[in-house]
Amino acid sequence: MKRRKLDPAEATANFAKGVDDRFQVATPLRALLNKVFPDHWSFLLGEIALFSFIVLLLSGVFLTLFFDPSMKEVAYHGAYPALRGTEMSAAYESSLRLSFEVRGGLFMRQMHHWAALLFMASIVVHMARVFFTGAFRKPREINWVIGVLLFLLGFFAGFTGYSLPDDGLSGTGLRIASAIMLSLPVIGTWLSASIFGGEYPGELIIGRFYIAHVLLIPGILLALISVHLGIVFKQKHTQWPGPLRTNENVVGERMFPRYAMKQGGFFMAVFGVIALMAGLFQINPIWLFGPYRAAEVSSASQPDWYVMFMDGLVRLMPNWQIYFGPYSLPPLFWPAVVGLGALFTLPMLYPWLEARKLNDTRSHHLLERPRDNPERVGIGMMALTFFVVATISGANDVIADKFHISLNAMTWAGRIGLLILPPLAYYFSVRICLGLQQHDREVLAHGVETGIIRRLPNGAFIEVHQPLGPIDDHGHPVPLEYAGWVVPKKMNKLGALAPTVKGFFFPVEKPAEAPVSPAPISTSGTREEISSKS
Amino acid sequence: MTSDTPARRRARVFSRRRGAPSRARRRVGAAVRMLAALALAGGVYTAFTPGAFAEDNTQLSTAAQQGKQLFDNSCISCHGREAQGVQDRGPSLIGVGSASVEFQVGTGRMPMARQEAQAEEKTPQFTPDETKQIAQYVQELGGGPQVPAGSLTENLKENPEALARGGELFRVNCTSCHSFTGAGGALSSGKFAPALHDVTAEHIYAAMLSGPQNMPVFGDNQLSPDEKREIITYITQQLQQDKDPGGIFNLGGYGPATEGLAIFLVGITILVFTSLWIAGKS
Repeated sequence: MKRRKLDPAEATANFAKGVDDRFQVATPLRALLNKVFPDHWSFLLGEIALFSFIVLLLSGVFLTLFFDPSMKEVAYHGAYPALRGTEMSAAYESSLRLSFEVRGGLFMRQMHHWAALLFMASIVVHMARVFFTGAFRKPREINWVIGVLLFLLGFFAGFTGYSLPDDGLSGTGLRIASAIMLSLPVIGTWLSASIFGGEYPGELIIGRFYIAHVLLIPGILLALISVHLGIVFKQKHTQWPGPLRTNENVVGERMFPRYAMKQGGFFMAVFGVIALMAGLFQINPIWLFGPYRAAEVSSASQPDWYVMFMDGLVRLMPNWQIYFGPYSLPPLFWPAVVGLGALFTLPMLYPWLEARKLNDTRSHHLLERPRDNPERVGIGMMALTFFVVATISGANDVIADKFHISLNAMTWAGRIGLLILPPLAYYFSVRICLGLQQHDREVLAHGVETGIIRRLPNGAFIEVHQPLGPIDDHGHPVPLEYAGWVVPKKMNKLGALAPTVKGFFFPVEKPAEAPVSPAPISTSGTREEISSKS
Repeated sequence: MTSDTPARRRARVFSRRRGAPSRARRRVGAAVRMLAALALAGGVYTAFTPGAFAEDNTQLSTAAQQGKQLFDNSCISCHGREAQGVQDRGPSLIGVGSASVEFQVGTGRMPMARQEAQAEEKTPQFTPDETKQIAQYVQELGGGPQVPAGSLTENLKENPEALARGGELFRVNCTSCHSFTGAGGALSSGKFAPALHDVTAEHIYAAMLSGPQNMPVFGDNQLSPDEKREIITYITQQLQQDKDPGGIFNLGGYGPATEGLAIFLVGITILVFTSLWIAGKS
């Protein structure tokens, strides 16, 4: 019997045809695979968050297999000698077992924690990109709001996860959370009592945080991330202005194969970086913190970095207690409740505030370079400076200790810096934006500086400029309109020299041939006179 | 004048009502009673406390005499002659004990480079022998706590529970300033609790006994010698040894502060360069 030859191409085609016959997916899939995404490195920052969220889900599932969310007191008899015989909660005991006895457990725990830090860090970086380029403008305001909510949810996911191992550090954080709840007027006591099931710390909180951490918050996060991506898909990604790019089209790469390949590769890179950090850098060594006891507090007790701004605001707040007859409002209320509320509400409202101020009701699909909207950059830098000063103040004791600064001086520097630095940041960033804009417009009006100095008959020196466009009858360049995109400022960008060879340490491509314009290099060794009359 | 025997005085006390004594008699009586009371109080005092005169008579041991020479060369300008202290410069060392000297001089904190919030640890100015001599001198001046002879750590082979007990005591007594990882921490106005990574068992014991700089004294009533040894065992056998899993770098053990820094400096930086590598640039 003659063996039938298997043709791979035909087999694939037959398989795909079979699928399409049954499910009729060819037409929608074609549209999907051909969907075009604009390509720019800054559009990948949000993907870091998405990919680290996937790592979080995967590593988190592994951790749940071994974690026991119970506050039952047990005596430790595990592998770590320095805690043997100590009374501790089952949650802490299972975290230790997970770290020391489960194969790869500590690595997975560290991966989970580093991925959480990376998730929040990339959200902030992505958010800054979206803000400074004006990508939040109509029609994308809702997606911006969802993004802020994602940060808030990540904040709570991180905090609940930080509390789960029930170690000495996480208990300290929980104590502060309880104090913040208690600072709420009228409902504070009730709220704290209902969350902790009575007086802090009670015996319920780990179980409650566990279900919030592994089910409620990730569920909502997953739903909101899906909506976030769905809206990006529906509204299409913004793009930078540039040749052929308009407010109505999208110029970029098709989803398949190039974009999908890049995304797949980038996922591997994110996964790799998280794994690398988890393998190299120790994070949250709970075995040193011991089981939580209300009487044990360590110096340098801090929340994870994305909660640190709140801790910093609390540290900087002066001791102003307000009394209303028999009632009082503790100073903690202002930074922890009002501060946190304002830091999340104001960004959410910003797209509408800006549109209202600029009286702008149009839809924007082209991004703005930061320099083209100095006011926005100023406000963003102001907010970012506030956040950074507050975050640094959250670690002010570590900084004071390691850099030999008085802790009191750090606190006062933080207080003054919180008020003085944001306006300064606003002023300087607005001036820098205006300066960059001015330089772009100058080049468009006069041309690129050639570096060639010419002496006029009257003895004056002028620099010869290379116009970017046509010139008028007098030889002066016709001013070009600013298009909101990069303006060439060096002669080699205009082809006067060979473009820079690409590559970091060694060239990744063959250097391009030097262009013949403006003149071939003469081999005779004599130098030609350079003139601008051409 | 009447003689003032105790018998007659007692008789007077009991027969006060018989008639008012003359004015001169009252005055003399008061003066005599006063003298007697003073003599009694002074006598009791001299009997029960070693006076300044008593010190002069005792001979300093050879080591203490050598220590006194070193003291007179290097310490006297702040701590004064006979170590009784100088106003606004240095405290009295009477009663601080040899433990204090062994810690302060042995870690190079004394002599101080300058007056500041807290003496910094430096390269010691004196050899261990010289430090012992100064310690002996200060000890013989006014007594005080001494680091006991013998091993200052527990043998974990014989007593394996000591490590966990030491850890528990460390977290209760030490972490609020020195932090869970022994990385040290800030106190108010430029003072600080130093890191414990390179401190020796003797110095930890001496510090607990003497309460140097801003550290409270953990006398033998607060922490028994056994408990002190357990804490030292935990510090030297656990915190100072490389028994801390979780990677090559522990980021200083400063907690989430350096972890947050690392995620930006390492994680975000690598990934931004990666995105620059795989995606378009302007």
